[in-house]
Amino acid sequence: MISQFFILSSKGDPLIYKDFRGDSGGRDVAELFYRKLTGLPGDESPVVMHHEGRHFIHIRHSGLYLVVTTSENVSPFGLLELLSRLATLLGDYCGALGEGTISRNVAVVYELLDEVLDYGYVQTTSMEMLRNFIQTEAVVSKPFSLFDLSSVGLFGAETQQSKVAPSSAASRPILSSRSDQSQKNEVFLDVVERLSVLIASNGSLLKVDVQGEIRLKSFLPSGSEMRIGLTEEFCVGKSELRGYGPGIRVDEVSFHSSVNLDEFESHRIIRLQPPQGELTVMRYQLSDDLLSPLPFRLFPSVQWDRGSGRLQVYLKLRCDLPLKSLSQELSSPEQKAELAEGALRWDLPRVQGGSQLSGLFQMDVPRPPGPPSHGLSTSAPPLGLGPASLSFELPRHTCSGLQVRFLRLAFRPCGNANPHKWVRHLSHSDAYVIRI
Amino acid sequence: MPYLGSEDVVKELKKALCNPHIQADRLRYRNVIQRVIRYMTQGLDMSGVFMEMVKASATVDIVQKKLVYLYMCTYAPLKPDLALLAINTLCKDCSDPNPMVRGLALRSMCSLRMSKLDQWGQAEVLNFLLRYQPRSEEELFDILNLLDSFLKSGSPGVVMGATKLFLILAKKFPHVQTDVLVRVKGPLLAACSSESRELCFVALCHVRQILHSLPGHFSSHYKKFFCSYSEPHYIKLQKVEVLCELVNDENVQQVLEELRGYCTDVSADFAQAAIFAIGGIARTYTDQCVQILTELLGLRQEHITTVVVQTFRDLVWLCPQCTEAVCQALPGCEENIQDSEGKQALIWLLGVHGERIPNAPYVLEDFVENVKSETFPAVKMELLTALMRLFLSRPAECQDMLGRLLYYCIEEEKDMAVRDRGLFYYRLLLVGIDEVKRILCSPKSDPTLGLLEDPAERPVNSWASDFNTLVPVYGKSRWATISKCQGAERCGPELPKTPSFTASGPLIPEENKERVQELPDSGALMLVPNLQLTADYFEKTWLSLKVAHQQVLPWQGEFHPDTLQMALQVVNIQTIAMSRAGARPWKAYLSAQDDTGCLFLTELLLTSENSEMQISVKQNETRTETLNSFISVLETVIGTIEEIKS
Repeated sequence: MISQFFILSSKGDPLIYKDFRGDSGGRDVAELFYRKLTGLPGDESPVVMHHEGRHFIHIRHSGLYLVVTTSENVSPFGLLELLSRLATLLGDYCGALGEGTISRNVAVVYELLDEVLDYGYVQTTSMEMLRNFIQTEAVVSKPFSLFDLSSVGLFGAETQQSKVAPSSAASRPILSSRSDQSQKNEVFLDVVERLSVLIASNGSLLKVDVQGEIRLKSFLPSGSEMRIGLTEEFCVGKSELRGYGPGIRVDEVSFHSSVNLDEFESHRIIRLQPPQGELTVMRYQLSDDLLSPLPFRLFPSVQWDRGSGRLQVYLKLRCDLPLKSLSQELSSPEQKAELAEGALRWDLPRVQGGSQLSGLFQMDVPRPPGPPSHGLSTSAPPLGLGPASLSFELPRHTCSGLQVRFLRLAFRPCGNANPHKWVRHLSHSDAYVIRI
Repeated sequence: MPYLGSEDVVKELKKALCNPHIQADRLRYRNVIQRVIRYMTQGLDMSGVFMEMVKASATVDIVQKKLVYLYMCTYAPLKPDLALLAINTLCKDCSDPNPMVRGLALRSMCSLRMSKLDQWGQAEVLNFLLRYQPRSEEELFDILNLLDSFLKSGSPGVVMGATKLFLILAKKFPHVQTDVLVRVKGPLLAACSSESRELCFVALCHVRQILHSLPGHFSSHYKKFFCSYSEPHYIKLQKVEVLCELVNDENVQQVLEELRGYCTDVSADFAQAAIFAIGGIARTYTDQCVQILTELLGLRQEHITTVVVQTFRDLVWLCPQCTEAVCQALPGCEENIQDSEGKQALIWLLGVHGERIPNAPYVLEDFVENVKSETFPAVKMELLTALMRLFLSRPAECQDMLGRLLYYCIEEEKDMAVRDRGLFYYRLLLVGIDEVKRILCSPKSDPTLGLLEDPAERPVNSWASDFNTLVPVYGKSRWATISKCQGAERCGPELPKTPSFTASGPLIPEENKERVQELPDSGALMLVPNLQLTADYFEKTWLSLKVAHQQVLPWQGEFHPDTLQMALQVVNIQTIAMSRAGARPWKAYLSAQDDTGCLFLTELLLTSENSEMQISVKQNETRTETLNSFISVLETVIGTIEEIKS
């Protein structure tokens, strides 16, 4: 089974190292791993690597490498699942995962590893079980304050926003059982959708793919029951029909094993007793049949004067969202455009729903070598002009239309105020490509 | 259904069970317990008295014991920690002199289902179950039905573990296997578009594995395998491979359009991979692909042109119908090719098909002019051959520069191989033009090679045991090298390698030659020498006949196909076609005829995952005794080759 586990920083410095079976090598495997990784030829995948009878399997998470080694022909699906579960657990215990958090909380991490894995076999990864054994308190760099809630981001999701405004509310660690219970009556529920779209040069839609997740991070005591109500017109599969009108349709749904679905068929209510920490309650996907309009349409037109080598790109961007919604502020406060690495980049701070923006870009492109009379008409765009891709984030919007109607807690805190419930919806682009 | 008031009942029963007076009176005690059981059957929640009931199990009254055990088995899943207390009594009962008590205890212990397994435990158990061999078909389907729910698990590890178990258990029921693969399609596709790059990659590798057996399996989902610009290189490459494999009449247009977009990617490596992919699809959808490739030449980009020309070379060889289009596209390419591979491909095309390309001699002349500054010997060799060939079809334009090139190669060239090739051609020209034609004018295409290289649809069983392991992730060939060096590490020192015949030349050692030659006499079989079958005739006959005999021979590692061909010739077996050395799957087609006119057609097949060679023999007349002697001849030859290379 698993021989060793280690965590490396993005620069390859070992942060955590644990040998479970003592059957292979020593500490230098971490260094070896990093050397292999950086020396890998471009067409080989780094996910699984081999060296002298030892397999290295790793994931990259928040800039860190989480690596296991094994000498057996194991299940790659199982191991990758374990690694991402470990990453979540570490995040739950130490706060937002990163080089700093790990090195400040070495003791917690080792304690955790000790309980999760024994002689290379998985014991448990459940939060409830582990809380009984973990004694060390996590060290948090900044004390948590409710004032930070103004910039609450999403936990877990690597979105454009999280690069800009790191959230601190949802990413703080789960406190251990012995500490003060009063502050932690909070629960975060996020509906996150990743959108990948491909639009042909004539404007026809070639592909739409929505990957959605409902994620829950609970700071409530384990075992407190909650009910999550989803949009009642939520239909699964092509044929199901609910409510009036087109409804909200997804192709496939899967739930976490702890979810109780007794009320799902009748009322679209999910019941569960979540452990403390992070949990993906539901995953769903939807392809091709998107009932709501796409958030953005881009109408590019290109003119190329072959003689002078002048390339004119005219981009018209239309936002088809309802008027009230506002797309999230991205990295730059002001609009700007720049040319780098063979690509033209146009940053827009925000786009109002229902509005339309256009930009005209002129570039001088060096004429390709060879005779200019190569048959093509002078105004046709050069063939090598790549596609346009959009990246954006839409708060308070889901492309599928799925909404959380309510989040009800059965938990009654002893004498304290009601628990805080934060429900957020967000869509962001995975790949939103328009061919030119 | 629990209803109001059940708490009072529980309280009352609890009091009664604890009452020492009742405990002392066997009948009253039993009555109270009976009431508990009655309420339990009515649906009241009686788990509150678990503790007291456990105490009640320590009794000599067998009726009471039975009742208590019935209760415990019902509520143990709810109170796993309290159920532990009962284990002690159960263990004690197992050594009771009364066989009834022992049986009861054992049965109860078996039905105490405590905490459920979590996903890691499930994956572990599924893996363990792989070792089990069902005794009957009924049992097999019982197991499959029981495990069905695991295919729907939310954890990819469990789903894939269950899939593998299903594939292996149902190895004799292909429709069940297909069914399972259909059901796992959803989870696999979800993993392919997962946020975790690593999971996505592993899933893609498994998709490719499934496609080898069920080529149409993911065809309708081709859009899921379109690349996104932000993905890492290794995922894009896998996706392009998948796209190539699932292309069919319905989606070819869309897939090609998508691939064409990749050809102009900023990353030169990825662009080249996409062009090669289009070249692969061109074997089936030639016209559309050649048109796209021709358009790409218009970009005049070095890294694109060189790969396009290489693709053209391979394509013309396999699909001669596109020769005309390729020849029209070639002029002008030479300006954008700098690397050795691209130059070789272009020069080869100009030499073989030069009569259809008007400016072919002038392009070659440029190469001849610059031959002194040419750094790659392989390019010079290719140039010599091409110019000789073109000289045959267009002598007037080539004679002068051929003379110059031969002079340079013989007098000034420092690379011996190039010099020898030059000398060889010079002497060949001295022999006469007919001889030159006989040697240089070989076929210009070989469509049958496509059949040889086309990987046959492999049965699911050939990879079922690799499913959900590292093998698909590394790829078959890399896995073979990994397991080989692991094997060498393990038994390396104990097994010193016997001094081997070096694989440098296709030589058969004397003693082996004798052995091989002896054979035809020893059997009743006489194979006629110099049998000349054409490839076409062979293919026709092969397709019309049924396999008369099939067997596998042990086979390890690499060998030289020439050696095999020569050895077969010694025993009068003609080689019709053979894959190049190292190709996987490796195939060879052989034919032979005995003195009565009976034909033996043979296919040899080496797949990368197996350490064995599969032999299929077809016969145009059914005669078992000659078939057997033919097979023994074949076995001996292959056995000899196997000995030589080890």
